Order: sequence, then structure tokens, then C-alpha cells
Amino acid sequence: MAVREARQIIRPYGDRRDDGVIQLSFTLPVPCTERAKEAALQLCQQMGLKDVKVHGMEKAADSYTLFIVYARTEATVDYAAIKIPEVVVHKMGFDELNAFIEKSVGRRVVVFGACTGTDTHTVGIDAILNMKGFAGDYGLERYPWFEAFNLGSQVPNEDLIARAMAKNADAILVSQVVTQRDVHKDNSRAFIDAAKKAGIHGKTLLLLGGPRVDHKLACELGFDAGFGPGTKPSGVANFIVHALLQRQGKEKLGQLFEGAHA
Amino acid sequence: MPGPFIQDEQIDSARAAAHEVTQPVIDFIHRHSSVSVERTVLRMFGMDGAGQLGIPLANLMVDKLHAAKVLHKGAAYWYGRALQLGARSPLDAVERLTALPADKLAPLSPEREGNLREAVRQEARAAMGELHSRVEARSALRAELGGMPPAPHKYVIVATGNIYDDVDQARAAAQAGADVIAVIRSTAQSLLDYVPHGATTEGYGGTYATQENFRIMREALDDESKKLKRYVQLTNYSSGLAMAEIAWAAAYERLDMLLNDAMYGILFRDINMKRTFLDQYVSRRICAYAGIIINTGEDNYITTADAYEAAHTVIASQFINESFAHRAGLKDWQLGLGHSFEIDPHRPDTLLLELSQAMLVRRCFPDAPCKYMPPTKHKETDIFFSHAYDVMADLVAIWTRQGIQLLGMMTEAMHTPLLADRYVALKAANYLYKAARGIDEEFVVREDGKIAHRAREVFGRATELLEECRKDGLVAAIGRGRFGDVKRTETGGKGLDGVFERGVDYFNPMLEILEEKA
Repeated sequence: MAVREARQIIRPYGDRRDDGVIQLSFTLPVPCTERAKEAALQLCQQMGLKDVKVHGMEKAADSYTLFIVYARTEATVDYAAIKIPEVVVHKMGFDELNAFIEKSVGRRVVVFGACTGTDTHTVGIDAILNMKGFAGDYGLERYPWFEAFNLGSQVPNEDLIARAMAKNADAILVSQVVTQRDVHKDNSRAFIDAAKKAGIHGKTLLLLGGPRVDHKLACELGFDAGFGPGTKPSGVANFIVHALLQRQGKEKLGQLFEGAHA
Repeated sequence: MPGPFIQDEQIDSARAAAHEVTQPVIDFIHRHSSVSVERTVLRMFGMDGAGQLGIPLANLMVDKLHAAKVLHKGAAYWYGRALQLGARSPLDAVERLTALPADKLAPLSPEREGNLREAVRQEARAAMGELHSRVEARSALRAELGGMPPAPHKYVIVATGNIYDDVDQARAAAQAGADVIAVIRSTAQSLLDYVPHGATTEGYGGTYATQENFRIMREALDDESKKLKRYVQLTNYSSGLAMAEIAWAAAYERLDMLLNDAMYGILFRDINMKRTFLDQYVSRRICAYAGIIINTGEDNYITTADAYEAAHTVIASQFINESFAHRAGLKDWQLGLGHSFEIDPHRPDTLLLELSQAMLVRRCFPDAPCKYMPPTKHKETDIFFSHAYDVMADLVAIWTRQGIQLLGMMTEAMHTPLLADRYVALKAANYLYKAARGIDEEFVVREDGKIAHRAREVFGRATELLEECRKDGLVAAIGRGRFGDVKRTETGGKGLDGVFERGVDYFNPMLEILEEKA
């Protein structure tokens, strides 16, 4: 008989363990009246919430009312049963990583990045690649053992792939910032299709980044890894080096790095 | 006025250096034109429709003339020729002209040539007269509603992609206290070498700027302004490959402000610099004529480069933008020079540094309604911290009396603002403005402190950069990546094929009127 793993039941923590307290704020398209307050209350009750308290109600405009609601949920979740892949990197510092590349890879690691499709926002790709980096963490251009090319924004997927292939890139970074109507997913799928057509899918490391990207989504779309908000350049740099060594068979999974496919 | 920090003579000499920087560019502008400028002239003659496949008539005609290598005479001249052929409408003019083989476009006798130009000039004067009366009507409504409230004017954006949803959100924002509504454009519109046509309900990250969308929104805001008994301003984007045409459409539909920068397209959209310099000049001439306040884009430099390190590039660029603006006839009250609250909040002293920069901008440009942008680059996803962070920008804005403040959204970096995000931002700004108005008169900033020291340091570096631009030229400075860490070349970027040298007989009656007016 299989051993059953211990369950770990959790629920939201407000002011006491397991009180299930959650906070909501939303707007209803009606004027600010007692009737509107009752509507907000009923709406929350229909969500299955208990002890609904509509604390805040104010007029956001003539026919829009903003609500601040606190309530309890009886929903629970077994934390032990949740398995989600995560990029776990035992991070090396700037000097340590450069020395490690010199020793283990023996040449500069070539990285191309761009914000592809119609997206004009370079803030994400700049934070990772540009010399200055992000939040005091140097960008890949600053690493002597990386050769980084930032192509900017509004780059067609095919151009990014062609430019990267011409330089035998080890990794390609795709940034997607605009998410309206899931345009980031459509464009990311188009990138993967183009990568497959060019024959680099499964060979060159393909990384996706953006405010609404996570590792799970990126893997589902066909990338090797995904990086969301708050990602620092050093995290991406460490990931690339170890993933590259794994591809080359020089490093086993989980040696210095618990990989994306954990 | 916050601080002396620096001597008036130092400011005068920075301004004089910037004026020298723009001189060679202006000389270039007066010898050249672009397809976008010529399309603007045709729009002035009422050619604002679209032909087959939705291609604007102005594009059809200018492309034909450009391909036939006769555009150097000016689109207005060929418009006159089409009239002479008996054209009864703009569409008819395009059809007649595009049907002609190139050899039928030969010169006329000097007498007929002169008559033609005079007839077209008269039509241009009538068209500009109509524009003028539309602008007068806007000014009258603003005056009737008691003018604008004291600055800073609270500026919020709407960006649904659907102009009718934008109207609902704009009305709601106005009711919550917004003074200026900006309709964000659809992603990548700046790279369209035409102005889309008609009302639009689909866009990505924003709504297409079209003349019809301008009309719909301004009409709704006129209605809302009358209800609120408070004039609400409207702004959009005059930038990209159709910069001058957008300025025309916006002026005609009585917009109050336009995002308009002399170098933004070059740096951030990789539009060719010759093309941008030409188009910005004509767009600014139109803004000057129509009483439109421009908003420049220096805030963008410090979202790409580091805000602490690159603070001086903002000041240097503001002097250059100001000079280009003055050379296009804009007055100081029309210069919403851009800057922003973008220093990495992980650093120490950031509130002092932000105050220093905002005070320095006001010290250099006391009569301009400077446009203050909120933090965006270092926004993360904690909306509670974001809200507090935005409120600090509100404090700096009222303390330094910025002219226009774009309010930060707590959901920046997540999604386009929800209706409630704007409400919460307006509520906080209303509170801060009420609570802290006059704080600048209560506290005198010490001349030997961190704020003054930083202002002098930034101004000194700005002066050095202006000097470099003066000595080596603006093109060289841009080539070295001095602004926004972006390097561009004179022949690189999009839209250069739409630039051409004016012929000796170049004819542009719109520009004649705009240049004589100033």
C-alpha cells in the first residue's frame, strides 16, 4: 500500500490562523446608494463568502461606486498536493559566475533579446540586458563572459531568430509587456512556431519574460523558462549558464542548479 | 520660484547654447519637406477621407506624386492642378491626378502658374480661417466655464481600445476631478505612415488616434465640461510617422494638448532623424497656431537610462526642445516640458533628489507648464506600496508647482488602469494639493544642502552636454547615445525615403500662413 503524503491544509490568514479573511475591492456601475451597498453584499455572498462586511462605499463617479469589502472564505487548499515547476537557481555572484563561465563553458555565452511583435515596451528587456541592469543588479551586457545583443522593441520574431542564428546564440530572450486581450500569448506562440520552423527549438535556450509571465505559462507555450515581475539580471544569467551546461551534458540536473524542468 | 541654486546668467548661456544647437537643423528643415508634411497640406484642403481598402486619400495622392518624382513642387501645387482639371471634390482630385501619366504633369505658362497659386492660396486662407474659428470656439467655452483651475492640472489616461468605452471612462474621470484626459494610442501606431480613418473599437494597449475618434471624445468632454461647469482638456499623441497630420486633425477637432517631442521618435521609435525634425517643425507650427500645449517626452530618457545618472540629459534636452519649439512659433505657456519621478526608490535620499530635479526644471523654465510624470520603471505589483509611492510624486508636484501632473496608477506594470484606479489616484492628488499648496513659500531650500548641491551638479553636467552638442552637432551627440542611452544615425531608422529636397518653386501655402502668423 502506497504511503499517503501528509496533507497541509491552508486558508487565508487575516488576523488569526485559519480565519479565512480576504479583502476585495471592486466597482459597480451604479450610483452610490444603500441599494448599491446591498448589491455589493449579495454579489459577495454569491461568491460563497461568509460574514461579508461592506466597509467602504464611495462615489467614484456619477454612476460608479467603489467598494472595499472584507469577508471570510471557507475554501481551503492542500498545499502538500500542489506541484508547480519553478526556476530554482543557487545563484553565483557577478565575479563568481564570470569565472565559472570561463572554466566550464570556455567561451563567451551569446545571448540575444528583444521585445517582439507590436509591443513597444523595452523596459523589461532593458532591465535584464542593459549594462545598468535593474535594482542595483548588473545587466548581462556588463558581464565580460556574456556577449549580449539587445535588439529593442517591435522586432519581428523571425528577425530576432535570424539575427541570433547568425551569431550562433546560446539563448534568446523574448520580452512581452503588453497583455491586452492576451496578445503576449499569441505573439509568444508565433515565436515558438518560428523557432520550430528555423530548427532551433529544443536547441537554443528560449526564455520568455514579462509582467504577466511565469515559468509555468512559458513552459506551456513551448519556452525553456519563464521569468516574471521582479526578476533580476543575475537570476537570468545564472539560469542560462547552467541550462547551457546541462544541454551540453556537462552538468547534471540539480548539481548547482535545480532546473526549470524540476 | 524654488531656489536660485544657479545664476540667471548660467541659464541664459545654456539657453543660448541650445539655440545654436538647433540652428543647423532649422536650416535643413527650411530646405526640405516630407510625405507626411505634404499629406498634412492636403488634409488642410479637406482631403480627410479614405479610398479603396481604407487608404487615406492624402496618402494615395502624395504617394503618386512622390513616385512620379514631382513632389518637390509641393502637394498644394498639384492639388491646384487637379482643380484646374475640373476636380469637384478631394476624391475627384485624387482620381484625376492619379489617372494622369507622368508626362502630363509638365509646367504651365508663368501666367497660368501664378493664377493657380493665387487660387490655392485663397483656399488655404479660407481653410486656416475655419481652423482659427474652431479654436476660438474652444477658447470661448473654456473662458465661459471660468478658465482652468490653478496648476498642477491633474492628467489621467484612458486606454480601452474602444473609443466609446474610452468616453465612459473619461467622463467618470472628469467627474472624479481630472483636468486633462489623455487617450493612449494603440501600440505601434507611431510606425503607421498614415492616419487611420473613422471611429475605432479595437486596439492594443490603447485606441487608434483618428480624426473621428478625436471628434467623438472632444464632443463628450464638451458635454461633460458643461455639466461640471469646469473645462476638461483633451490630449493625444502627435508623434511617429504621421506626426504633422495628427497635429492637423487634433487642431481641427479642438484638442487642448498634444504629446509632441522633437527627438522622441528618433530615440524611442527608431524613426529617421531628418524625417522627425521636419515633421516636428510643421506639427509645432500647427500647435502654435491652434493654441495647443505640447508635452515633451524627456521622462522617457530616465525610463531607459538610469534616472540618477541621466538626470542632466533631461535638462539639456528640455533646453533643446524649448529652442525647437520657439523656432516653430510656440510660446512659453505652450511648453509642457516633460520630466518625471523615476529615481530608483531603493536608493537613499530619493525624495530630496526628486525635489531637487523638479525644482531645477522649474528654475530653468519658470513660465512653462512643465509636465510631471509619475514613477513607472520601478513599480512592482504591490498596489499598496505603489499608491504611497505615487503620493510622493503628488507632493513634489504641488511643492514645485508643476503645470501638468500625470497621476500614477497603483496598477502600473500590471494592466491598463481600472476605473477605480483613476478614482483613487485623483482622490489622493486632490488631498495633497489641498493639504500642501503653498508649502514652497513656507520652506526656503538651503543653498548649502543636498537639494541645492544636487541641482548645481545636474545643471553643470547638462551645460557640458549642451556644449558638446553645440560643438559637435546634435546628430553626433545622438550618435553617441547621449540621450536615453540610445544611439541613432542620420541615415538610419524608418521613413527616410519620405524626405525630399524642396524645389526652387516649392509651394506650401499652409506653411506660408503658419510662418507669417508667428
